Amino acid sequence: MTFFDFTFYLFAIVTVGSGLLCVLARQPVHSVLWLICAFFSSAGLFVLLGAEFIAMLLVIVYVGAVAVLFLFVVMMLDVDFAQLKAEMAKFMPVALLIGVVLLMELGLVFGSWTVSPDAEGLRAAVTPALDEVHNTAALGQLIYTKYIYLFQAAGLILLVAMIGAIVLTLRHRKDVKRQVIRDQILRDPKDAMEIKDVKPGQGL
Amino acid sequence: MDQLLAEYLPILVFLGLAIGLGLVLIFAALIVAVRNPDPEKVSAYECGFNAFDDARMKFDVRFYLVAILFIIFDLEIAFLFPWAVAFKDVGLLGFWSMIVFLGVLTIGFAYEWKKGALEWE
Repeated sequence: MTFFDFTFYLFAIVTVGSGLLCVLARQPVHSVLWLICAFFSSAGLFVLLGAEFIAMLLVIVYVGAVAVLFLFVVMMLDVDFAQLKAEMAKFMPVALLIGVVLLMELGLVFGSWTVSPDAEGLRAAVTPALDEVHNTAALGQLIYTKYIYLFQAAGLILLVAMIGAIVLTLRHRKDVKRQVIRDQILRDPKDAMEIKDVKPGQGL
Repeated sequence: MDQLLAEYLPILVFLGLAIGLGLVLIFAALIVAVRNPDPEKVSAYECGFNAFDDARMKFDVRFYLVAILFIIFDLEIAFLFPWAVAFKDVGLLGFWSMIVFLGVLTIGFAYEWKKGALEWE
């Protein structure tokens, strides 16, 4: 077993193990932490595949942002977990059914799925030669010109997500005083204050 | 390929060191430290009075909004990296496609600024 194999199995075992612990952990916050561990080790797996950019993206976007989002969701839920556990038995048949269906689908993928002989060639035709340019540059050469419509669609999806998040969650409170920077800048010292010369021994 | 992985070897070494050091510190605390717990010592400390509420309270949804907006701009930045690396190869079309992409997101940015989503009361 080479060192490469060793690191692959290390990351693979950590990924699968922390995925399992993510499902099994009692506290939802611990689940999120195990999920972060799974993200990290799958970033390691991507590096082993030579997909550096995806690996770094996994660390920046998933660990840096999505995990934080999950943490906030967990913190925002006001769920009584003991009560949830008690209700688990009620939903068990449905959950088992979904699990079995997913398992059968996975079995179908391995059993009866055949890859079209053209698929490899079609993908290779657009990919720049990987021994000449590195991973990130190869992606850059494809996304912005060859796949321009998908790229613009991604931008539009992000715009919709942004507007949707604001529309759904932004509640403006009317009872707070806000800072209006324009008013502050336009304020003239002449009408804001007045200097009075007060003689000693006299009042105003 | 092998050269690429060789460049990542220091990171693997760092990772191993970090995990090893973390385990050593945790187990050192377990083995070496003196512990005589009593109910007062292990109870939650809240500035002199008894804790009167559960720590598991609902968070304001505004934290969530900030996180979502952060993810969106994070993804925007992620798209900028390959563009910058391949800038000399993508030509005028690649340049303008990125400008349009940034323009679309700038519309969203202007919207959220106008709406006051970036303000914290």
